[in-house]
Amino acid sequence: MDLGKDLVAASATPLVLAILAEGESYGYAIIKRVSELSGGHLHWTDGMLYPVLHRLERNGFVAAKWGSSESGRRRKYYRLTKEGRTHLEAERKRWQIVDETLHRIWLKACHA
Amino acid sequence: MSAGPDHASLEAQIGQWRAYLRRRRAITGPDVEELETHLRDQVGALTQAGLAEDEAFLVAVKRMGSLDALSREFAREHSDRLWKQLVIAPDGDAAPETVTRTEALVVFALAVAAALAVKMPVLFGLTLERDAAFYARNTSLFVLPFLTGYFVWKRRMDPRHCVWLAVPFIAAAAVVNTFPFTRGPQQVVSHTEVLSAVHLPIALWLVVGIAYLRGRWLEGAGRMDFVRFSGELFIYYALIALGGGVLTGFTMTMFAAIGLKPDWIARDWLIPCGAAGAVIVGSWLVEAKQNVIENMAPVLTRLFTPLFTIVLLVFLATMAWTGHPIDIQRNVLILFDLLLAVVVGLVLFSASARDPEAPPNLFDGLQLLLIVSALVVDALALAAIASRISEFGFTPNRVAALGENLILLVSLAWSAWLYAAFLRGRGPFRALEAWQTAYLPVYATWAALVVLLFPPIFGYA
Repeated sequence: MDLGKDLVAASATPLVLAILAEGESYGYAIIKRVSELSGGHLHWTDGMLYPVLHRLERNGFVAAKWGSSESGRRRKYYRLTKEGRTHLEAERKRWQIVDETLHRIWLKACHA
Repeated sequence: MSAGPDHASLEAQIGQWRAYLRRRRAITGPDVEELETHLRDQVGALTQAGLAEDEAFLVAVKRMGSLDALSREFAREHSDRLWKQLVIAPDGDAAPETVTRTEALVVFALAVAAALAVKMPVLFGLTLERDAAFYARNTSLFVLPFLTGYFVWKRRMDPRHCVWLAVPFIAAAAVVNTFPFTRGPQQVVSHTEVLSAVHLPIALWLVVGIAYLRGRWLEGAGRMDFVRFSGELFIYYALIALGGGVLTGFTMTMFAAIGLKPDWIARDWLIPCGAAGAVIVGSWLVEAKQNVIENMAPVLTRLFTPLFTIVLLVFLATMAWTGHPIDIQRNVLILFDLLLAVVVGLVLFSASARDPEAPPNLFDGLQLLLIVSALVVDALALAAIASRISEFGFTPNRVAALGENLILLVSLAWSAWLYAAFLRGRGPFRALEAWQTAYLPVYATWAALVVLLFPPIFGYA
């Protein structure tokens, strides 16, 4: 199912932060994790993840450092910072409000 | 994992993809590397799942997203990158860092050498205050040999093959310093001495051009490149000079604040050494940035062509309306020389930025109008001068100014003719470009003649 551009963009920040909360990771692994978690429903254009990561880095929510991959290529690893953790918590609350609100109205809609 | 012809073609495909990505201004080197690692991870995972390498590559590229959309996203996140362009690194993959570092060192050394060359004569007791004439005659010789040296190095010319490039400099140094210029009782410099000082840089600029173009000097396209270089250098130099002025001002006032008057630092060191070194540094910046930003000279040309045209037309209209003739004073000929030189510059730089294949447009008409009105103004000035030239007599200044006027007049008149033919669809724009580039050595030759012949002809007065 197509989620639409805006919804994908809006959910990108909390998703990436939450995945990084599980531990340090890199672009390709994050994409794979997203697809795994969503059961393949949430599909990102791979390249678009990187501007998001760079924005989070600029905001200080994640920190990046260059390491190397198994094949020896240079790879950029991202990890969550303290500010990132705080921001993730705030995001989680916001999404919970949206989620609960929708949930209630949908329950009603089903019973009506 | 397979390694064979298939793998080699994968590497080639990734290389091509990387090259496309590199051309995007918003995506920098480290980003490209990050994205490439991602692409390779994706290809690796897909081949392990059973896809052939070329199929895997196609799928991975598709998943990465279109390059346009991608670079738009990067540009949104890194809008500064569209501005910050002073990356002094050559394009391409060949060991850029060491090359740029070596170049920076060479440029620095040459700039320091030029700055020291300005101070060298002090060791022989020649100071800027007492021997202004000496410094005026030799200004270009302090700087241009080093600039030529930079291009000899930069273009990787075999130094043994371009020893002859030194000949004009040595000859010029010998001529301007051995001529027995005779100054009047109240003169600091003689007339022919001033003429030499003004014309020598123009003549020697040709030598710089020959080094800059490394054998492409005979091609019109090559000469046009040198014109572009000269225009950009002029602009960079003006900017560096502005910065230098600010630096000098701060130096003076800061030391004044602690009760010292360091006039001599600015006068004897900061300004002369900075002015010499800035030529080399400015040239280096033009070289480094020529691919990076839009050239400024053509932009300024676009801005000022209409304005100059309006001023000239209003001037002509006012003259016709009021009936005031041109008042012939001592320097009026020089004024009109400068006007023609500016117009030649405007025509040259707009030609340098024009696509020769494009059809005539409004701006071309404007150019023609500019040239014609400049020619009319100049003709009026010449007519006024001609009627009284016998009265004034032939001083070296007047002959030089008259000669320059004729040279510029010929250049512009023929340009106007070619422009008119182009606008009527009777000739290609290339003819105009070819005429202007072919004419460039005439300026340098005339300048050389003034330096070499005028002092002896006019008795070194």
